[in-house]
Amino acid sequence: MLRDITIGQYYQTESVIHRLDPRVKLMGTLVFIISLFLGRSVWLYLGVTAFLAVIIKLSNVPLKFIVKGLKSVMILVIFSAIFNLFLTDGQPLVHIWKLTITKEGTILAIFMVIRLLYLIMGSSLMTLTTTPNHLTDGLEKGLGFLKVFKVPVHEIAMMMSIALRFIPILIEETDKIMKAQMARGANFEKGNLIQRAKAMIPVLVPLFISAFRRANELAMAMEARCYHGSEGRTKMKPLKYTKTDYIAYLLLALYLVILIVIRIFL
Amino acid sequence: MGIVKADKLTFEYIRRDEEGNVDSITTAVDNVSLEIKEGSFVAVLGHNGSGKSTFAKHLNALLYPTEGTLWVDGMDTSEENNTMSIRQTAGMVFQNPDNQMICTLVEEEVGFGPENIGVPTDEIWQRVESSLKAVGMYAFRKASPNKLSGGQKQRVAIASIVAMKPKCIILDEPTAMLDPAGRKEVIDTLHLLNKQEGVTIILITHYMEEVIDADYVYVMDEGKLVMQGTPRTIFSQVEHLKELRLDVPQVTELVYELQQSGLPIKDGILTTEELLQELERFR
Repeated sequence: MLRDITIGQYYQTESVIHRLDPRVKLMGTLVFIISLFLGRSVWLYLGVTAFLAVIIKLSNVPLKFIVKGLKSVMILVIFSAIFNLFLTDGQPLVHIWKLTITKEGTILAIFMVIRLLYLIMGSSLMTLTTTPNHLTDGLEKGLGFLKVFKVPVHEIAMMMSIALRFIPILIEETDKIMKAQMARGANFEKGNLIQRAKAMIPVLVPLFISAFRRANELAMAMEARCYHGSEGRTKMKPLKYTKTDYIAYLLLALYLVILIVIRIFL
Repeated sequence: MGIVKADKLTFEYIRRDEEGNVDSITTAVDNVSLEIKEGSFVAVLGHNGSGKSTFAKHLNALLYPTEGTLWVDGMDTSEENNTMSIRQTAGMVFQNPDNQMICTLVEEEVGFGPENIGVPTDEIWQRVESSLKAVGMYAFRKASPNKLSGGQKQRVAIASIVAMKPKCIILDEPTAMLDPAGRKEVIDTLHLLNKQEGVTIILITHYMEEVIDADYVYVMDEGKLVMQGTPRTIFSQVEHLKELRLDVPQVTELVYELQQSGLPIKDGILTTEELLQELERFR
């Protein structure tokens, strides 16, 4: 179950998307999210779907892999769908007991589900095609202007990339601890929600302790390798825009403009 | 002066209670004086809690001596200005391979150190290539560290230190979490680096088999330096080692047992071949 989380993982393969400058991909994700919230017309969503399909195809990441990552957020999606379905006022369609499903609610729920799924697919596609180190570089350089306001951009970016690197390791560890507790008779499946939440405590405590121990050791290992913040640090892979990146920027702008046009005229 | 010189080095862990009063003092390193020659392969032995890891952390200026002085390549480790150059001169590899990897690609991992010390981009790539080749992991440069075996991870960790061009590499129980095959991989790599690149190796361990080929061995117990000498002289003192709760290599153990039962075999036999040769005499 825990192994299915693909958010923040990197999928190694060769593709145009993988080679793009991380700043382009960050901007692309931002544009994609904006385009998702432009409106609720079918045409708009057709455009967004087409865009996402093209990017996934270009990225060479198997669709199966991306869809697998959606499983872990399914509960969230289902919840928001149910709330939208029952709690929206409007033209009633079906009555079940005291609850009413309205036409507006149904439409809203469908759009909400699509929007959430696309949002997760789009943003996980960025981390799937960008190594955390690359992502850090992109953030650091893309947000470099914030340094003027004394924002520790490099440090924040470094923390992010380390967090991403440790996601799979901590997931593995959680799995291991759960199995160890199960071997001692813990039961994570039985009981109501509160009982199940309580059953997680013996998993979370050792997980936190081990995470802190790891953090301590990692900090020491980083220090031992002369890490001392961004000052005087050079880059192994300095970011440089290529022709493809400029074309990608152009296509992104074009995409946004087309969607805005659709929004206004259709 | 050797690459590492310790003079009456002492380190105390001070535990305090909630009011900040001193609760207890543990002397982890107690009055250690030694000198390590550049280009040698030195092993530090000791069971758990003998202070060998604490000593190793001093070599990298991760801890500062409570008393006494430690020089690394002539630099006093307690001077804050020296910290960066000491860490560049004496690189450190830790026990847990997962907890010392910062990046998600092997080549980025190896490049992390040189990036920190401000090496120009082109040279970083050269260093990454040559150090990965030196440990035999060049073929894995595009792989994720999570996909490697323990021994391979440790070799990458060694490569990432080599890329910083240190004169000396300290390894704090680098094989403790590995299987026998991975252990051999790592130790062979270390000997290769020592012979070909002339890097001083300081290996902290409690596996006796890894120590046999070292040039010089120090044994620590309760923070003190209790034995020192070549592996041959150390391992001929089987009884003393057992008193210190240390194992001896299997071959040495066998020789000891044979001697005990009255066979006049000479002392200081470390390898199976040597023992076979010696036993031939009795045919």
